[in-house]
Amino acid sequence: MSLLSVEDIGMTYQAKNGEVTAFEHISFAVEAGTFISIVGPSGCGKSTLLSVIAGLIPATSGMVRLDGEEIHGVSPQIGYMLQRDDLLEWRTIWKNILFGLEIRHNKTPETIARAERLLETYGLSSFRDKYPRQLSGGMRQRASLIRTLAAGPKLLLLDEAFSALDYQTRLTVTNDVYSILKREGVTTLMVTHDIPESISMGDQILILSHRPAVVKELLEIDFGSDRTPLSCRGDPKFSYYFDHIWKELRADEAK
Amino acid sequence: MKPNNAISPARSAYLRQMRRQRWFIRSCRIGILAAFFVLWEVAADLGWIDPFILSQPSRILATLTSLSQNHLLLHIGVTVYETLAGFALGAMIGLIVSVILWWSPTVSRIAEPYLVVLNSLPKIALGPVIIILAGAGTSAIIFMALAISLIVTVLEMLAGFLRTDPEYLKMARTFGATRAQIFYKIVFPANLGTLFNSLKINIGLSLVGVIAGEFLVSKAGLGYLIVYGGQVFQLDLVMTSVLILAVVAALMYEAVALLQKAVERRFGQ
Repeated sequence: MSLLSVEDIGMTYQAKNGEVTAFEHISFAVEAGTFISIVGPSGCGKSTLLSVIAGLIPATSGMVRLDGEEIHGVSPQIGYMLQRDDLLEWRTIWKNILFGLEIRHNKTPETIARAERLLETYGLSSFRDKYPRQLSGGMRQRASLIRTLAAGPKLLLLDEAFSALDYQTRLTVTNDVYSILKREGVTTLMVTHDIPESISMGDQILILSHRPAVVKELLEIDFGSDRTPLSCRGDPKFSYYFDHIWKELRADEAK
Repeated sequence: MKPNNAISPARSAYLRQMRRQRWFIRSCRIGILAAFFVLWEVAADLGWIDPFILSQPSRILATLTSLSQNHLLLHIGVTVYETLAGFALGAMIGLIVSVILWWSPTVSRIAEPYLVVLNSLPKIALGPVIIILAGAGTSAIIFMALAISLIVTVLEMLAGFLRTDPEYLKMARTFGATRAQIFYKIVFPANLGTLFNSLKINIGLSLVGVIAGEFLVSKAGLGYLIVYGGQVFQLDLVMTSVLILAVVAALMYEAVALLQKAVERRFGQ
């Protein structure tokens, strides 16, 4: 059974000047441990799709199942990371990392130990009592990821999570985040507008069409098991994937 | 790059320059004040201004001495007490109302035109009503201070709450935060600065309310001294009270600023 199954979901919302259908009849399944990138033309409702899976907004049709259970509202099994790191400036790194646990009233010895371990493993223990402004952009992003992982999600949603970073930081952070996620075995769904980024991290790429978005293709990416986001950028297949996705997106635009 | 521990000549020249600048600003401030008082004194002595109307530093000093044997501290104390009471009530009620308005956008939209009108209405115009309502005494004066400071607090705090970074709110919602949690874990701490800014405005406004109130009904206080001085043509008394008022206002503002520093240090901002 897949970890996540999205079954024929659609989203239509009411705007002042009429109804807007963001996407319709979207179905796909995500196996545990995989990394799926979602790309599509801008404004096609990628981020809305993530918000629906995260339970922040209800879909107008269809359903989302996690481990076979239908999701209603925000689930503690799902973590969500936004564009910015959103660390709270008035809390230390440690207190920021505990934020999710506090909100869920889930500060138990086990969860605190998990947060400690993540902090330790990913090299932030010496920054524990520092404030976010004292950290570099890459460090902040890592702290933000640890905050999300400390809540122990099975599925992680990344919404353009690296687009606020400068290019160099971004390359290192994607590498960093990728290795953390693989090591922790977290299944991930990432929305991005950056095609190279989607290829460098994804095991599969879900290509969406123009609004109202439908699934155009679920592209398998194969760089072998010891790939990293940086190493696979040099692989000859990289540009093949790029061209393929680019054509798909362009073909859609031309219509 | 780490700052060098050994100070280079350029660095020490820079530090000297900074110190000189600070010293210059401080002495200018004191100098202007001293020059003002000296000029005032001389101008009155030479008959450029009428000391009977505008008073004179030496006469103010004499008034101050006689006042200090004549319940000066009581008058200051009464005014400070009324101001602090109005201030505390205004801050507390203002905070509660702004939380309610933040909580419910519908209530907030209903209230908006009323708040706008109440904000621009000169609350002193309600003086007679307040006196009849609250009785001619201290409570009317505190009520006046409250009336003047309340709406500003509500508007200021609400604007701050609503300006809270929406990304923070969304982040909290991804963890399943309730509206109450969003308020006390995100919106309120993010607005500590707003709170203190509004307190700083408030302390001044409460003082305005108290003095206006004391003009209307009082048996003691700096506002009472000012009105009394005016009625008996003792303008030295008026000027003395105004000067004391300036000092009291500055001290209260400074107290709020110190409190802000302490709180912000405590919460790591």
